[in-house]
Parts: sequence; structure tokens; C-alpha cells
Amino acid sequence: MPRLDDHPWSGPCAKGAKHRSHLRASARGLEAKVGEMITSSVSGPSPLVAHSARDADPAHGPGSAAVGGHGSSGHITSWHHHLVQRSLVLFSVGVVLALVLNLLQVQRNVTLFPEEVIATIFSSAWWVPPCCGTAAAVVGLLYPCIDSRLGEPHKFKREWASVMRCVAVFVGINHASAKLDFANNVQLSLTLAALSLGLWWTFDRSRSGLGLGITIAFLATVITQLLVYNGVYQYTSPDFLYIRSWLPCIFFSGGVTVGNIGRQLAMGVPEKPHSD
Amino acid sequence: MTLTERLREKISQAFYNHGLFCASYPIPIILFTGLCILACCYPLLKLPLPGTGPVEFTTPVKDYSPPPVASDHKPEEPNEQPEWYVGAPVAYIQQIFVKSSVSPWHKNLLAVDVFRSPLSRAFQLVEEIRNHVLRDSSGTRSLEEVCLQVTDLLPGLRKLRNLLPEHGCLLLSPGNFWQNDREHFHADPDIIGTIHQHEPKTLQTSATLKDLLFGVPGKYSGVSLYTRKRLVSYTITLVFQHYDARFLGSLRARLMLLHPSPNCSLRAESLVHVHFKEEIGIAELIPLVTTYIILFAYIYFSTRKIDMVKSKWGLALAAVVTVLSSLLMSVGLCTLFGLTPTLNGGEIFPYLVVVIGLENVLVLTKSVVSTPVDLEVKLRIAQGLSNESWSIMKNMATELGIILIGYFTLVPAIQEFCLFAVVGLVSDFFLQMLFFTTVLSIDIRRMELADLNKRLPPEACLPPAKPAGRPARFERQLAVRPSTPHTITLQPSSFRNLRLPKRLRVVYFLARTRLAQRLIMAGTVVWIGILVYTDPAGLRTYLTAQVTEQSPLGEGALASMPVPSGVLPASHPDPAFSIFPPGASKLPENQTLPGELPEPGAPAEGIHDSPAPEVTWGTEDEELWRKLSFRHWPTLFSYYNITLAKRYISLLPVIPVTLRLNPREALEGRHPQDGRSAWPPPRPGQGGLWEAGPKGPGTAQAHRDITLYKVAALGLASGIVLVLLLLCLYRVLCPRNYGQPGSGPGRRRRGELPCDDYGYAPPETEIVPLVLRGHLMDIECLASDGMLLVSCCLAGHVCVWDAQTGDCLTRIPHLGQRQDSGVGSVLEAQESWERLSDGGKGGPEEPGDSPPLRHRPRGPPPTSLFGDQPDLTCLIDTNFSAQPQLLEPAQPEPRYRAGCRRAQASPGYDFSHLVQRLYQEEGMAPVHTPALRPPSPGPTLPQAPEDEGGFPPEKGSPSLAWAPSADGSIWSLELQGSLIVVGRSSGRLEVGRGDVCAGGLWALLARRCSQPLGLQVWDAIEGTLRCSSEEVSSGITALVFLDKRIVAARLNGSLDFFSLETHTALSPLQFRGAPGRGSSPTSPMYSSSDAVACHLTHTVPCAHQKPITALKAAAGRLVTGSQDHTLRVYRLEDSCCLFTLQGHSGAITTVYIDQTMVLASGGQDGAICLWDVLTGSRVSHMFAHRGDVTSLTCTTSCVISSGLDDLISIWDRSTGIRLYSIQQDLGCGASLGVISDNLLVTGGQGCVSFWDLNYGDLLQTVYLGKNSEAQPARQILVLDNAAIVCNFGSELSLVYVPSVLEKLD
Repeated sequence: MPRLDDHPWSGPCAKGAKHRSHLRASARGLEAKVGEMITSSVSGPSPLVAHSARDADPAHGPGSAAVGGHGSSGHITSWHHHLVQRSLVLFSVGVVLALVLNLLQVQRNVTLFPEEVIATIFSSAWWVPPCCGTAAAVVGLLYPCIDSRLGEPHKFKREWASVMRCVAVFVGINHASAKLDFANNVQLSLTLAALSLGLWWTFDRSRSGLGLGITIAFLATVITQLLVYNGVYQYTSPDFLYIRSWLPCIFFSGGVTVGNIGRQLAMGVPEKPHSD
Repeated sequence: MTLTERLREKISQAFYNHGLFCASYPIPIILFTGLCILACCYPLLKLPLPGTGPVEFTTPVKDYSPPPVASDHKPEEPNEQPEWYVGAPVAYIQQIFVKSSVSPWHKNLLAVDVFRSPLSRAFQLVEEIRNHVLRDSSGTRSLEEVCLQVTDLLPGLRKLRNLLPEHGCLLLSPGNFWQNDREHFHADPDIIGTIHQHEPKTLQTSATLKDLLFGVPGKYSGVSLYTRKRLVSYTITLVFQHYDARFLGSLRARLMLLHPSPNCSLRAESLVHVHFKEEIGIAELIPLVTTYIILFAYIYFSTRKIDMVKSKWGLALAAVVTVLSSLLMSVGLCTLFGLTPTLNGGEIFPYLVVVIGLENVLVLTKSVVSTPVDLEVKLRIAQGLSNESWSIMKNMATELGIILIGYFTLVPAIQEFCLFAVVGLVSDFFLQMLFFTTVLSIDIRRMELADLNKRLPPEACLPPAKPAGRPARFERQLAVRPSTPHTITLQPSSFRNLRLPKRLRVVYFLARTRLAQRLIMAGTVVWIGILVYTDPAGLRTYLTAQVTEQSPLGEGALASMPVPSGVLPASHPDPAFSIFPPGASKLPENQTLPGELPEPGAPAEGIHDSPAPEVTWGTEDEELWRKLSFRHWPTLFSYYNITLAKRYISLLPVIPVTLRLNPREALEGRHPQDGRSAWPPPRPGQGGLWEAGPKGPGTAQAHRDITLYKVAALGLASGIVLVLLLLCLYRVLCPRNYGQPGSGPGRRRRGELPCDDYGYAPPETEIVPLVLRGHLMDIECLASDGMLLVSCCLAGHVCVWDAQTGDCLTRIPHLGQRQDSGVGSVLEAQESWERLSDGGKGGPEEPGDSPPLRHRPRGPPPTSLFGDQPDLTCLIDTNFSAQPQLLEPAQPEPRYRAGCRRAQASPGYDFSHLVQRLYQEEGMAPVHTPALRPPSPGPTLPQAPEDEGGFPPEKGSPSLAWAPSADGSIWSLELQGSLIVVGRSSGRLEVGRGDVCAGGLWALLARRCSQPLGLQVWDAIEGTLRCSSEEVSSGITALVFLDKRIVAARLNGSLDFFSLETHTALSPLQFRGAPGRGSSPTSPMYSSSDAVACHLTHTVPCAHQKPITALKAAAGRLVTGSQDHTLRVYRLEDSCCLFTLQGHSGAITTVYIDQTMVLASGGQDGAICLWDVLTGSRVSHMFAHRGDVTSLTCTTSCVISSGLDDLISIWDRSTGIRLYSIQQDLGCGASLGVISDNLLVTGGQGCVSFWDLNYGDLLQTVYLGKNSEAQPARQILVLDNAAIVCNFGSELSLVYVPSVLEKLD
């Protein structure tokens, strides 16, 4: 039987939910925070610039409408449009992931009554899903932006199937962290770290991806530490200062996953590689 | 050679052999693989099915003690105890099973008496149980001490608060319905109502309150007015916290003593432990569902990439089957070797699929598909396999390595997962190699077969002398072509008709899938099911009665029954039925014998007029709880917030209690209201004689027959209503005239044309084409600028039409028809000049008005003229007249031509006045105009007021025509503003032209190839020749007239850039206004104010090595395509060559460029290339057609191409994937036009068809006149105002398509 030892978001809102809301902090909270500092580090217009550079890339040639027309006049507006579109997609992805992963962490002494279920879904603080969504949007936009900044467009496995695989693996990592029984926390953390690195290696393999992922994981962990320290919420059995030690791994793989989605979105309609 | 390389070679070789093997024996291999899969999956049969059903374990009651807790459980004990059987159960459940009947049954008893008094005994029993106290040496022990004490109900269950016990022992009995208060019970007039008060209205699988309190399934309780057994059973359920054998024993003994069950065969020696799996709630399901959604998205996105195969669906299915069966095999194999899966299969399954992945399958497919298609299938498979062998092996090794690392995490769950994954990977590899490869080979073979069966391309339209290399090329594309997602093939001519309206398509879809029938069938089944279930007519009971009546046991019982006093109830045709429970005949171990019928103490009440129901106990009673919903106990406990998930409860053997009540007791227990009519006695025919017995069933049967009839009538009626409804729907949806041939006589055999699979004939089109007649011979060239339309026929006539009204504005006849001309003298002069010039060429030239002429060798090649050139440095042309003009390459005099030659070498300005009388008068004056100097037409062209340029279109008839210098037929036309640029063929370049014409005359036309020697600019309205340019001897193969530039591409591969200058800078719009002015245009006068000058600004001498075949300009770029397989991009302003694009393996036949810098080209190799004009890189490359690509156009999202194979293919512009193809009529291959971004028009035999580009749907077909049947629409031109022009032989049809456009909007 998996341990139900974590009471992560037992913040002010979750007080009422007694034992049934055993949920652990998962990827969401972190991404949320990551978002904030990312916004601070990246100036607003930079994504736009990045996109202009990308769209000007002639290789896209007779691109579909999604890539953006080549008409010089309509460019700016369409970028804005696509930017907004992508942000929205990423935001919803973040929110959904947050809710689902949250639920994954909720342990199973959930009774079958619908009210209860609804209560569990929203048992964490209300601000968590939006924060995750925002963070996902920022990270997802940041990845392609950094790619183009560095001038090394990400070419590795650019297809939706791969992205789906990546998301599945990410969910699997969360699943494992929630449900597996480990002998000790070190083992759990090491396993998850290996899995996260494997995720990066399998689906990303770019230096920028690794760097960004590590940065995100670090910053998000720090932010979470601060939040916990200030008592916004707490973990039931912290083993890494105030939080769980596997949290950075989750943050890292979450960052890589969202970055993957963001890059794929930035590509627009998938272009079929031609076998010349 | 390093080790790696050697290894690589080995692997590649092995894969190659394997591929050959697979493709050679596909069927045996697939069978073998299937057997393997089955064999590996066989162990799965032993696995318990996943589910949440409870698991049981039975232990004997004797010496029972709760199992020890997990910690002191000895693993070495090889017992059969399940893993969950550790620790004490959540609760022990003791059911006291009460069976009660009123006996003997008295005729005065009412139906309600069957259960009223038996139920009332429940209170007494509960009392006894509650008060039971065990007294022994260790002291006294009461129920309160051992039972399970419950607290509050869950907050959501307040309505049950009075019915379920709270704060005390969990003891359930039917008495709870009345709060365990006997007074309540006696005061209750409607017992059944009370009991059913809490039944849920909807269907529900979990336990209802009635089940909970009765403890037996509803139909066994016997609490019903219509029961035939008159036997009431219920249980009193006691829940104990601790197992106290002595207390239980004493309770059992006491109850048995109080209520003895004489013929009880229950052994009561085993204890059943029921373990409940964890419950999957919604909260658990959401993540699970999410992972499955992700899994399906992954599979979707993966299989979507399978392309270029015969059946995408089939291969996708094969891929999925590969992965799934490899998973099954892995589980099966693991089970075979002793590993019992502990993980929740449903949970890890998506992750396993994702880990194993579909990548290899896709890679294999792609690799095989990209092998050369002209190879044999076997070789293709083998080659494809060996190409990817190394990467497949590498990936496999990597994945295995990663998974093996995972194995060393030493976490059991992960280890198990990794084990599954490893075995799954290996079996997946096995399946890929054997199963998928074979399926792929079959698919590819099918593809080739399908291709062979396909109708050959119309060779007729190909030139007889095909280059030798071409057949091979066709072979090559043979296999690629059928890879299209779908090809819209419209076999014979007017097969295409209306795109079916949406409603029709819906109807047809329904018809095809037989959806309606199936729905009706399913509905009927459901309906019948509901009928049977709800049993409105009492059919079920009737049938049961019938069956029992006919059963031998029943007969025997009946026969052995002594006929009593003759007062058997008539409505009770089967006395035996009530005596023996239905189970009796099935259960031989039932020890109750029929002979024991007369129970003790039965005749106490005197007249017992019917055999009383006998209370019997069988083994089935012992296990009656099994018939309860499996959620019965979890539901009960969940009410008190106790979860049974992953825990177990122990069920103690039931204590049987038999209650026999005599009728007096039953009568005493009656409620005052029971006797009233609300409770009809169960025997309506009471008092009837036994003799009525035979009649009784008969009447009953008749009665039920009537109900049967009623049901049947009802069904019939509803069926009829349904049919009528459908009929109405059909009427509403479909117009009446379906299937009727078009009524108009002119619609020829429309009816007999198989219009579509559904026999649908097109209705009349509401589009009436405007037929423009005037040409004597077939029309060759068409050009339009939206307002005007210029056409030219083989005879060399040029007609100018008003594109709006269809009026003929001007006719410019060929030389031979100069009588048409209003200015005969001018023509005469012109003609004479032309003759002169012809003569000068050293061979009088016939007016090139017939195609054969072109092929006639004429004169020496121009090169011979090089030597004798006069001093002219340039050839000048130009300066005329007010209005737009037509720059026509006329056959110049030799010396001019010579000058031109020279001019070509060094760009200069050539002014050559080729116009009419003026030209004649002024002689060669322009020739001496200095180069680079714009013509000053002022002195030379005095008159010609601009007003005269207008020709009133209202006149409708050509009043003026000007005979162009006719030394060849007109091969190309361009119109802009009202300037017509005409390219003429020349007599001198026959040989070269022959090459160009290789594709046949019409193909050539489609490519707008022409070989004029010079340019002529005409005023479209006046029909006056404005200026012309005599050019070098090399023919002009293509023309572009853009803004004020004219670019001519020549047969020798050179390009000439001209610029037109008008001194008044007239805009084309002004010219357009000219027709309204109504002045006579007949006099060839020129005003100095609007003279048009044509300068040769640049010449690119060697743009291509071979003749230029295609020329297009847009967005400041000029693109040329040549027979030397290359394209070049020039800047229009300075004719600077920007790129040379290489990529075609055949001559370029067509080029498309538009304002958005999209460049597409098609060649004789049947390929289409998309280029990026900015960088000169090739964006995509598609093998499009067998044979030449004859025309090409783009919309924002697609590329539309047509080829000599009479296919029109629509491609996705960004991905280069063929969306679909349209089979064209013979000879109409190149006739297509794009009206808007989603409307395509194609030509056919006497018709044009409109297609929805996005879906490939035929929107409409317009037939253009009766006599156009045999004429294919050779060319289609789309005008700006939603009109299209197409030429049918010598006629033009002008079709306005607003209706189609509206539909699209």
C-alpha cells in the first residue's frame, strides 16, 4: 500500500479537507513559480523577436497559414495571434496537467460520492492550477525563444508523436513518484532523477534544454522552499529541507516536457520531412 | 574496416536476407507469427481477469481463529491462503435467514397476509437477538460487546437516518423500515409502499436499501402481492467486530431452538472470507483516463505518419496490433516463467506502450517506401530493411540498456515494469521483423497490383515520338502514384456531376451503412427487452406457469394430488408450483420430498383449502448472499465511512429460522385497511369449482392472447408510424425528381449516363453559359485582363471580346480575311509590306494559319543571316499610338532581322515601325533612330486622337480589324490594359519548334509556348497595331507582359526584356474606358501624345542552354524554365540572374510564381518542385504525374497540378502530401483554373466542373451547349469577375459562376 504521508497543500484553503486530501505537490506549483522569475529575466518583446526570426526563415517556404504568411504587412499581427494562441494552448495544458497530477497524488481513500471527488479535484489551493498554467505558458514560450536566440533550432524529433510520448513519460514519472513504494527517499529521488535525465535524453538532447530545465528546477525548488518556509503550505514528511527531495526531478522533467510542447507549437503545422 | 563497420555490414546483410525472406513467403510467416502470439498469450488465460469483483476464501468454522497479522506470517508455510488473508477482517457478518409462511393457507386470506405477519415476526426476532446474553464461566457477554459499533451515517445520507442504525450495533432487519417499532408496522397501511419508498427510480447496480435491510435479493424476499410461493424470506443481519465462537454458538442454538427448521440441511461449517479489491473511483479514473488519452494521441500522431502505402488504415492497424500483441506476449511469457504480475495492468499498460513505441514500425515503413519504386517488391522490402537495420539495432540496444538500468533500481515495482518492458521490446522486435514487415510487403505488392490494373494513361495525347527515356520514367512513377490518399476517378466523360448536396450525402451515408435499419433493429431489440423486462402483460409469469405446468414434475404432482374438496382456486392453475420452489427440481440434494407434504400441525385450522407452501432449506440458501450485488457489503459499510477496499470481511454461516404461522395469526396481524379493495385477494376466481380448472387456464390464456395481440398491434402501429415518418423525412430531404433524367431535350442522354453510384442524375444547371462565336478554327490562345478577352484561333484571327457582355469588340483577321477590315488600304499596304518582307526572307511564306505549316521547314536558319547585316545597331519598334498596343513580332525584312541579331549581342533599343501605311511611308526611318534613345514619335506620328481609340462595344460587331503581319500563326497572347501582345510563330525555326512541340500541340498551348519571331503590340479596342518589334531569328517561346515590361523568351535560350513607354503615361484603366467613347477607330492615326514605345532594355543571351519553355513573372521576379532541366530566377528591373534552380530531371514544362514569392515548377519528369524564391532552395519535391506536368497553379494552401496523364492532383502546399486527384477527361488534362482559394474549375467533354478544393467535392458541372459534347474544354481562363472562359473548338464559353460562389460563402 502506498504511503499517504504527504500533505502538501494543506494551506489555508485545504484545512477543511482532512485526511482525504493527501496530495503531494507535483509539478504544478513549481512551474508556476518558475514562470515568475522567467518573466523577470526575459523581457516582454523577446519572444516576438524570436518569432520574427523564425518566420523569416525561408526554409518554411510556402508554409501553411499556421506558420505565418510571407506577406510582409500581416506579419506582426499574425505573430501576436500565434503567440496568444500558443500561450493559451500551453496555459490549458498546464492547468490540465496540474489538475490531473494533483489528482494522481491524491491517495485512494476517496469514496465514490461525486461531491467528494469534486472536492478532491479542487482540494489544493485554487491558485495552483492557474499558476501552473501560467508557468507552462511561459516555459513553453521560453524554450523556442531561447532556441532561436542561440541560433540552434531544435531539430531533434520534431513531431507530435514524440511530444505525446514525452508527455506520457512525464505523467508516468509522476505516477511513479506517487504510487511506488521505495525503500527510502534517497532511492526514490535517485530513481526519479535518472528517469528525468532519461526523459531529457530521449526527447530533447539539446544543451539549451538541459540548461533551462536545470535552471527551472533549481528556481522552482527555491521558490517552493521559500513558500513552505513562509508557511503557505507544507509537506507532511519533508526530507529535503522543507520539501520532498524528488520535487526538483519533477520540476526538471516538467520543464522539459512543457518546453517540448512549446517548441512543437512554435513549429506550427508539422512539416513533413522530405526524403530526398 | 573497424569492428563497428563489420558489424554493421553483417546486420545489414542479415536484415536484407530477412526482408527477402519475409516478402517471399508472406502468408506462412503471418500464420506462424499468429500462432506464436497465440501460444505466448496462452498463459494469460490463467490470469484472473482484472476487475473489482470480490475474491473469496473459505475456511472451516471449526477451530477458526482470525489469521495472524502480516508481520508474524511465515512465508515458508506453503498454505493456500491468499495474500490478503492476514489480520482480522473488518467485520464478521452473521445473517439470520428467516423463511416464513402462513400455513395452512386459507381461502379467506388476502395477498397481503402472505407477508404481513411474517414480517411482523422480525421485530420479535430482533428483540430476541438483542437480548441474547451468553452466560458462562467467564461471565456474561451481551451482543453489545461483540457487535460492530457504528457511529454516524455519512452526512450525505440524512434521508436514511431513520432507517439505518446509528450509534450502536449494526443490526439490520426489515424492521428497520419501521424504525424497529412494531406499532409503526401495525399502523402502516401500505407495507409494500414503505418498502419500496427508497428504491431508486433508475437502473442501478449497487445495493438498494431494500436489499440491505432484507439481506436477500429482492426477488427472493417474496414480499410482493403477486407472489405465487407465499413464502417470505428475509434476513436479519448482524455485524460483529470480534469473533466470539461461544457467543455465536449460543445465539445459533437459541434461535434454532426457538424456531426449529425441521428439514434443514444446512451444514454451517464454513466461514467465507470475502476480499474486496480496491475501488476505482472517479478520482482514480481521471489520471488513468488522461494517460489513455495521451496514449491514443500518441498512436494517432504516430500512425498518421504512415504514408505512401496502399492502405494507411491497414498498416496503422498492423502497427497497433504489433505493439499490443507484443505486450500481451510479454505478459504471457512472464507468467509462463512464473512471474505473477502484481502491478495494476490497466495502469502500466499505457506506459508500456509508450516505452515500446511505434517508432520502429514507422521507420521501417518510411524506409521501405522510399526505396526505388521500380524495384521488385521483395528487393524493396529487403533494401528498406537493411537501410534501417543499423539504427534499429542501435535503438533497440539503447532501450534495452536503459531498461536494464531501471532493473537495478531494486524497487520491485520498477523491476517488474522493466521486466515486462524488456520482454515486450524483444517480442515487439520479433513481431516487427516477422509480422509487420510481411504485412508491409503485402501492402506494397497490392499497391503495385492496383497500379497495374489501373487504366493506362491516355497515350493518344502524347506525341507519337516520345523520347526514349520516358517510358522508364513512367515505370518509376508507377508505384508512387497510387499512394494517393484517394483519387477521384471519373471514368468516362460526363461522369462528374453535381457534388451531392449535403442532405443527400447524409441520406446516402445512411443508406450505405444501413444505419437506419441497424438503429431500428437495435431499437426493436431494446424495446422487446424492455417489454420483457417490465412485463406489462404478465407474460413472464404466464410463461413460467406454462412451463411448470408442462414439466413432468408438475404433471406428476398434479396427478398425485388428491382432488380436495373441489375448491381449488381457478386462478391458480398450478398447485404444484407453489409447493415446490423452482429450485427444487434442479437440486436433487434437496432433501425435502414431495411426499412429506403434509407438514406437522397443518390441519389445525380445519379447512385448509390449498396446499401450504413448504419451507425448505437447501444448499442454495446457504449461499444466498452470493446473489446479492457484489457491492452490497461495501455499500453498507461505506454508509458508515468504512471502506472495504483491499480489506476483507468474513461471513459466518447463516442461521436458519423457520417461522410457521397459522392463518389465525395472519388474520390477527391484519391492518384494518387490508381487507378493503385496495388489496385484492389473490384469487379472483375464488369459489370457483375445480371443474373450472381446465377452463381457468383457457380463459387466462385467452386473456393473455388478447394482450399479446395488443402488443403486436402496438408494435405494428409504431412500425407503421416509423415508416411513415421515414417516408416523410425522405420526402423532405430529397427533391422529387431524383433519378429522373434531365427533362430538357438538349440535355441529351444525361439520364443514361451513370452519374454516380446512386443513380443520381444532375438537375438542370442554372448557369447558362454565354457562347462566343466568331472564330473559324480552333482557338489556340486566350488572354484576358478581366475587362477584355482576347482569343486567337489557328487561322490567325484575333478577336477581342468584352468579358462582361460577351460582345465581340474587334476582330483582327488574318491576312486572308482582310475584307473584314474597315481600312482596306491600310491592310493592303501592310500586306504588301509583309509580302515584301516574306520575300526578303528568301521564301514566300504562307500565312501561318494552319498547324502543319509550322512544321514545314522553312528557309535557312537565322544564323545564316548574321553576316550581311546593315549598320543598324538595334531593332526598334514602337512608338505608336495613343492606346495600348500590341507588340507583335512580325516577320521583318532581312536586314532588320540582322540588325536585331546584332542588337541581341549588345543590348540596345530597337525601334521598328511596323505599322501599316505609316510604316510604309516612313520606310526605314526608325531604323536609324539612335540606340538608347527613346523614340520620338512626335514627328512621325502626327494624328490619331486618343478618342478614336475607343471602339463602342455596343456595336457588337467588329467593324474594324487589322490584319497583322502574318507570317506564322499566333502562338501566344498576352493582354494587359488593352494592350495585346501577340507572339507569332516564325517560319524559320521549324526544327527547334518541333522539339518544343514534343508534347503535342495542345500541350504546347497549355504551356503557352509560342515561337514568334517578333513581338507585336496591338490596341485591343481599335485593333490597330501599335508597335511591333522585330526580333532576332530565334523564336520567342514564351511571353510575359507585366506592367510595362514585356519579356520574351527565345528558343535559343535567350531572354529579351522590353519596356513599353507611352509618352502620356496612360494607365490601362484609361484604355478600358476607351470603348465607351464611340468614335470610329478606323483610321490608323497616331497621336504624339500617347505614343507607345517598346524598348529593348536588356538581353540575356544565354539564359539557358536549351529553349526556354516556361516563363512567369511576379513580385518583381522573373522565372524561366527551360528544357535544360533548370529554372532561373531573374530580377525584373535589371534582369539580373539571382538563382539557378536545379532539381528536375526533365525539361521544365510549367512554372508558377505569385505575389507571395511562391515558386512551383513542373517538368517532363512528372515532378513538381516548390522553391523558396528568397533563398533559391528547394522546399519540396513531389512525384506528381506520369508524364509531363502540363500546368501548375497554387492557392494559399494547395498546389494544383495537371499532367499528361489527365490527372489533376491537389497537394498540400506545406507538406507536399497529395490530398487527392481528379481524373480528367481525355485531352482536358490541362484545363483548370482556380476561382478562389477553395474553388477549382476543371474542363471536361463539353462541360466544366466546379470543385471544392478543400474537400475534393464536385460542386457542380455546367454543360456548355449541345454541340459541345465532343469538344473537350482545352483551356480555362478565370477572369476577375467570377467568370470563366473556356474554349471548345472554335467557340468560347463565358460562364459566370456567382451561384457557386454564393454557395461557397
